[in-house]
Amino acid sequence: MQLLHFAILSPFLFAFFIPFFAKYAKKIHTGWFVLVLPILLFIYFIRMLSITMAGETVRSVLEWIPSLGINFTVYIDGLGLLFALLITGIGALVVLYSIFYLSKEKEQLGPFYVYLLMFMGAMLGVVLVDNVMVLYMFWELTSLSSFLLIGYWYKREKSRYGATKSLLITVFGGLCMLGGFILLYIITDSFSIREMINQVHLIASHDFFIPAMILILLGAFTKSAQFPFYIWLPDAMEAPTPVSAYLHSATMVKAGIYVIARFSPVFAFSSEWFWIVSLTGIITMVWGSFHAVKQTDLKAILAFSTVSQLGMVVSMLGAGAAALHYDNTEYYTVATMAAIFHLINHATFKGSLFMAAGIIDHETGTRDIRRLGGLMAIMPITFTISLIGTFSMAGLPPFNGFLSKEMFFTSMLRVTHVDLFNVQTWGVLFPVLAWIGSVFTFIYSMKLLFQTFRGTYQPDKLEKKAHEAPIGMLISPVILVAFAVSLFFFPNILSYSVIEPAVSSIYPTLLDSHEKFHVHISQWHGFTAEVFMTLGIIVIGTAGYLTLSKWKGIYQLFSEKLTLNRLYDKLTIGMEKGSYQVTKRYMTGFLRDYLLYVFAAFIILMGSALVFKGGFSFSTEGTAKIGVYEIILSVVMISATAATVFAKSRLTAIISLGVVGYTLALFFVIFRAPDLALTQLVIETISVALFLLCFYHLPKLRWKKKTRTFRLNNFIISLGVGIIVTLLGIASSSQRTKDSIASFFTKHSHDLGGGDNVVNVILVDFRGFDTMFEITVLTIAALGIYGMIKTKVNEEGKSVEPREDK
Amino acid sequence: MNQEKTNDMILQTVTKLVSFIILLFSFYLFLSGHNAPGGGFVGGLITSSSIVLLLLAYDLKTVKAILPVNFIYVAGMGLLIAILTGAGAFVFGAPFLSHTFGYFHLPFLGKTELATATLFDLGVYLVVVGVTMTIIQTIGEEE
Repeated sequence: MQLLHFAILSPFLFAFFIPFFAKYAKKIHTGWFVLVLPILLFIYFIRMLSITMAGETVRSVLEWIPSLGINFTVYIDGLGLLFALLITGIGALVVLYSIFYLSKEKEQLGPFYVYLLMFMGAMLGVVLVDNVMVLYMFWELTSLSSFLLIGYWYKREKSRYGATKSLLITVFGGLCMLGGFILLYIITDSFSIREMINQVHLIASHDFFIPAMILILLGAFTKSAQFPFYIWLPDAMEAPTPVSAYLHSATMVKAGIYVIARFSPVFAFSSEWFWIVSLTGIITMVWGSFHAVKQTDLKAILAFSTVSQLGMVVSMLGAGAAALHYDNTEYYTVATMAAIFHLINHATFKGSLFMAAGIIDHETGTRDIRRLGGLMAIMPITFTISLIGTFSMAGLPPFNGFLSKEMFFTSMLRVTHVDLFNVQTWGVLFPVLAWIGSVFTFIYSMKLLFQTFRGTYQPDKLEKKAHEAPIGMLISPVILVAFAVSLFFFPNILSYSVIEPAVSSIYPTLLDSHEKFHVHISQWHGFTAEVFMTLGIIVIGTAGYLTLSKWKGIYQLFSEKLTLNRLYDKLTIGMEKGSYQVTKRYMTGFLRDYLLYVFAAFIILMGSALVFKGGFSFSTEGTAKIGVYEIILSVVMISATAATVFAKSRLTAIISLGVVGYTLALFFVIFRAPDLALTQLVIETISVALFLLCFYHLPKLRWKKKTRTFRLNNFIISLGVGIIVTLLGIASSSQRTKDSIASFFTKHSHDLGGGDNVVNVILVDFRGFDTMFEITVLTIAALGIYGMIKTKVNEEGKSVEPREDK
Repeated sequence: MNQEKTNDMILQTVTKLVSFIILLFSFYLFLSGHNAPGGGFVGGLITSSSIVLLLLAYDLKTVKAILPVNFIYVAGMGLLIAILTGAGAFVFGAPFLSHTFGYFHLPFLGKTELATATLFDLGVYLVVVGVTMTIIQTIGEEE
């Protein structure tokens, strides 16, 4: 175990100590202890930048289940390190923010930080391991810890609803992804991602290629809240705001993006990948931004905005895959660079916006923008933070969002030149949709900013008197927006140190051995199409925002019934109801129904085996001659059986059953089985006596001499069982392949067993073991009857002592 | 129901005679089982049928006074004998339930075959008697 493994596992180990801090160091907010860890990890990871910048990677193996090829392999390259820095960096800021956000008196801090650390460790594991099984383990740990964090205020119904929803959707995706990983394992015989990338040609030609790709993408899309799986994200906003800022803007939702980027070398050379990823992304972007405009809750706007921005990143990752199809590498990898760049930008501005929303909620008591307004003068710092955040989100200069949006347009415009599946006609949709999505992004960004901070202050609608947040709460968002501004002016500090290594780990095959991707982000390209698109967004977006009240009506066109949430609710409730109905339908509680299933299954299985496997055969070879006694006894037995079935009274049935039993004894006599005949006679007598006893004690009230009603089902089933058993009997006696071992017993019963009654010698000597347990069965039956009759349970459910014998 | 007790003299007198014959027959079946039809199972059933005959002719209390036996213990004893017979084989280093037999000259009986299987059969016999009688007595006492 090396320091790297320890670094990934350290949040889990540290989480063990949190309850002690929370319990024994009550005077200090537990968050202060927690804060140390992400800062240390961040410093540790930032020192690794020099390795990835040199184009090198770190690989370290810790054996876990070596016999199955499942090892805790840490692999650090540009992509993994970028995410690790985001996780630890934003993690530190979020922990700092949460110290001031969560009160140490009112909240249970122990569980909160335990879950948060668990999440941080799981996230680090997801992005840094090379083994897909271990990746899956950490992946599900993120789902689980996110579930716990969303349901942190577990006494609220909405929290529980949101937590359940996110768990169901992300675990559904996680399981799909596991399926995909297993398919990849079947193809490549390795769990290592590196190995898979080395065997791309094998994967490409395999039948499982498309299923594996779709399953892994399902996992990535559900986690990253892509269309139509984004519905869990808005409901996850019931979590405490630090959680929303951390999980649902900067880290967890990007786990899916990480997987898409990580598996790009494996799948991206297929055109299906390009289409699925980029189309899903662009649809999510437009859909998310469109729906963000109608929200009235600050965090709901931010949630839909996250959905939309993630869609944008995903579409860029998809578009970047075009680079693998054409020689013009530089031309298309711009999209991938833009995706990475926007990933970082989004983490900065969305994190700060969530924190600002949390401050507003914390200081005014509401997140509803219809009740907010005029906060600009009251909360100037928060306003500044929000201004930078929203403008960056809308893609305006001089903030980093502007740069990545320009690159986004560039990549979308370049997609139109791709001619996979005849893109010339449909490819034009990409820039158009991107532009429409950006207009809506502009509108909701402005709405978020101006409806919260401009307008009139409405103190009577607020629960608290609004005031500026404490300084501690402001540190984290200020740091984040400082990044947002400085990344605009100096974007290239990132391009050499982070983006280039990340892109080269997404497309390792595109480069020759010592070549490097060249990323240069510039603020100004001259008067290109992208600039005019941005100008158009500002003009149309401003007009759209100002006239928002006029066209808001179109949201009414989308009735609530058609939303995906509605579908989800219907699906979950419907499945619950459906399974209940199905269960109710066949679990009737009637024994006769269950017997029907058992016998029907018997008929179907045995019958089809006889028919389709050719099991039936008929031969009279070796059968004995039928004598007159056999015929007479058979007639007697058949008539007694018929009498039992058609008897009008129960007494008749019991007596005819006795006749069957005695006839059987006679059969034993003529088939020369004296022991059986003896036993059969006595046992039949006893059982008929017991039947009579039962008959005598039937309750008088409901006792009616009722004839059996005829049921067709029962008739068919009984007929079927009879026929099948008869056929089986005929078939099995017709195809005896080996001689019976009976000759051994008859030959040796005297010299080995010391007796001439072969039956008895078999029972007590050759096969005495069976007899021993048969007498045990008898004893248990006797004890059971004794117990049932002597021990009674009274109405309170207490057992009454057995009655003393008189 | 007629509370007065009817006179069952014929039945009881016949029972006195017949039950011993049945008992003897059952012992015969039990002992001859190794070489002729019969054995512990049938022997046990017929022994209990003679006791049932006593139960029919007399009543439960009287039979309990004649045979002051708890039949559950009889069944348990039978199981124990059967298992011990099987375990006895371990003493001679043989597998569980290995039987042996030999021919001996006994006083009065002459050359006689003695087999450990008979001991096992005795266990079966006792279990069957115990079980049947327990069931019948328990059900008879109920009400």
